[in-house]
Amino acid sequence: MKPAYLDNNATTRVAPEVLSAMLPFLSEQYGNPSSMHSFGGAVGGHLREARARVARGLSCDPSEIIFTSCGTESDNAAIRSALESQPEKRHIVTTRVEHPAVLSLCQHLETKGYEVTSLGVDEEGRLDLEELEKSLRKDTAIVSVMYANNETGVVFPLPEIAGIVKSRGVLLHTDAVQAVGKLPIDLSKLPVDFLALSGHKLHAPKGVGVLYVRKGTPFRPFLVGGHQEHGRRAGTENTASIVALGRAVELATERIGEENTRVRAQRDRLERGLLEAVPDSRINGGGAERLPNTLSIAFKYVEGEAILLLMDRFGICASSGSACTSGSLEPSHVLRAMGVPFTFAHGSIRFSLSRYTTDADVDLVLKELPPIIARLRALSPFSGKEGEAAAFCSTHSH
Amino acid sequence: MWEYTDKVMDHFLNPRNAGEMENPSAMGEVGSLACGDALRLFLKIDDTGVIQDAKFQTFGCASAIASSSVLTELLKGKTVAEAEKLTNKDIAAYLGGLPKEKMHCSVMGEEALAAALKNWRGEAAPAPAAEGRLVCKCFGVTEETIRRAIRENDLKTVEDITNFTKAGGGCGECAPELEEILADERARMASAAPGGKRMTNIQRVMLVTKVIDEEIRPALKKDGGDIELVDIEGTKVVVSLRGACVGCPSSQLTLKGLVEKRLQEAVDPDIRIEEVRP
Repeated sequence: MKPAYLDNNATTRVAPEVLSAMLPFLSEQYGNPSSMHSFGGAVGGHLREARARVARGLSCDPSEIIFTSCGTESDNAAIRSALESQPEKRHIVTTRVEHPAVLSLCQHLETKGYEVTSLGVDEEGRLDLEELEKSLRKDTAIVSVMYANNETGVVFPLPEIAGIVKSRGVLLHTDAVQAVGKLPIDLSKLPVDFLALSGHKLHAPKGVGVLYVRKGTPFRPFLVGGHQEHGRRAGTENTASIVALGRAVELATERIGEENTRVRAQRDRLERGLLEAVPDSRINGGGAERLPNTLSIAFKYVEGEAILLLMDRFGICASSGSACTSGSLEPSHVLRAMGVPFTFAHGSIRFSLSRYTTDADVDLVLKELPPIIARLRALSPFSGKEGEAAAFCSTHSH
Repeated sequence: MWEYTDKVMDHFLNPRNAGEMENPSAMGEVGSLACGDALRLFLKIDDTGVIQDAKFQTFGCASAIASSSVLTELLKGKTVAEAEKLTNKDIAAYLGGLPKEKMHCSVMGEEALAAALKNWRGEAAPAPAAEGRLVCKCFGVTEETIRRAIRENDLKTVEDITNFTKAGGGCGECAPELEEILADERARMASAAPGGKRMTNIQRVMLVTKVIDEEIRPALKKDGGDIELVDIEGTKVVVSLRGACVGCPSSQLTLKGLVEKRLQEAVDPDIRIEEVRP
């Protein structure tokens, strides 16, 4: 059975065009792009072409592109570089809803003596720009804010953020892993200093990413060794995946209109259908600007993992912000930061669509999910009993 | 994705005895929406104290639903006295095991059962925080619950405590306190164990004699040897080898590797063996 794959913010399928672009570099074109012979040099040419493709997709110069292994590496490299190049600055500004690639790094840096300001968000997941402005200090080394949230799809107003941060002369990094391919990105107009993207979120394979570093931005390499990537990221290039990424960015740029028309329409139909069919449901971040492909919907009185496992029986793949899916005991830090009530947070499900999502996938969810919620609610001691839910356990302070 | 046993998936997908019970003899409830799981257990108990029926309502993940379902299956037909002996370990074992991070689901079953039996006896259901001091404010877990989980499940780390009780799984502020409780409870367990500091000399002599007579001597006799208990002074146990063991080149290995090791395990980890020649 072909699954109804609606978990594209977790990872995407490799596009057929991308796969065919990369295959020669896993077979006959295996030369090392750094070699002096023409066999390796030919591969080097394809590497340059991939770099140019990525640069065109982002409207920047190829020399500003560093290929990395993933979005996490790109985020780490950007923030660590900013700190190392400005040793006198010990303050970092970020938000409470970042991906763990930034969040955990900042927590780690706090243990090393750095001071981190984590900005909150409102109930729709929006950032308070005045609060951002107030948080900036003379010793702020870098501001790191995501472009679009991986769980809710809420988009931060990056041009406005950049205006504030750059006017104060502070370096700005954005984790754009979820945004690239879904939102048009023009780095000739968007004055960020660093931008991270990840291949497997835009139909390239896993294990390849990009760190954009604006020309003139001081940079200290995270990986030190050979001279690859102009000495900014040592290690023999993952040529097959880099070529794939170049093609994937090209395709994403060509088809970005589809994300914002057909995919958005499918997402909206799914959203409307579920809200109509399931009472006591709501959209997380529904009042904010969101990615066209992402729907975070919360169902009261039920728990996310149980929903996911029952959907899995019908071949529906999605994610949950519930605690039980993650191994932690608290529901998603993003939903908690937004102040989503526990009654909803534990029952939050994320659907993320892609250009390969079909109407039949959406139909399947609309058919199968409402009875699943009804079934779990029938099991629940809280269902429809608001007063009892509140009184069931009175010890909790939250 | 969690690795669930077929039994867990079966009870999750086909929960037995789900739903509300009309006129139950007893009801127990634990958990909360904030915690992410909650269980309401209904029991019908006849005049002879036999549980005729059990039903449940659960808010929670697959493990929570499966644990509740199994609990009701285990309870039906049991006397109250038998039910009282049921622990979370029985629930987890019946399910063929649970991921360690999900053990708290089975603990929830044990707690709901305790609350239901309390309710059946006419005792007022305690306020959740009344059974001891509240340690984990995020999940409303009391010191008594934590200590009981440590004792009953032989928990050894703070992570174990979190997996079994959820305490410490939120903001993490109580982690240092959990460390203290763990160390204290483990020390109490060690003291209370056979051979622990509270063991009297007479108890120690009796236990050493029992282990030698019932385990060590029969093992040595199989090879034509024997052992005699000569004296016990505190943790020093004086023995004398007999039969084929006398003059055996491996006699020291026998004393250290078999006799001393077994007595350390069964009686007291501080026990040291001394040999006197016949």
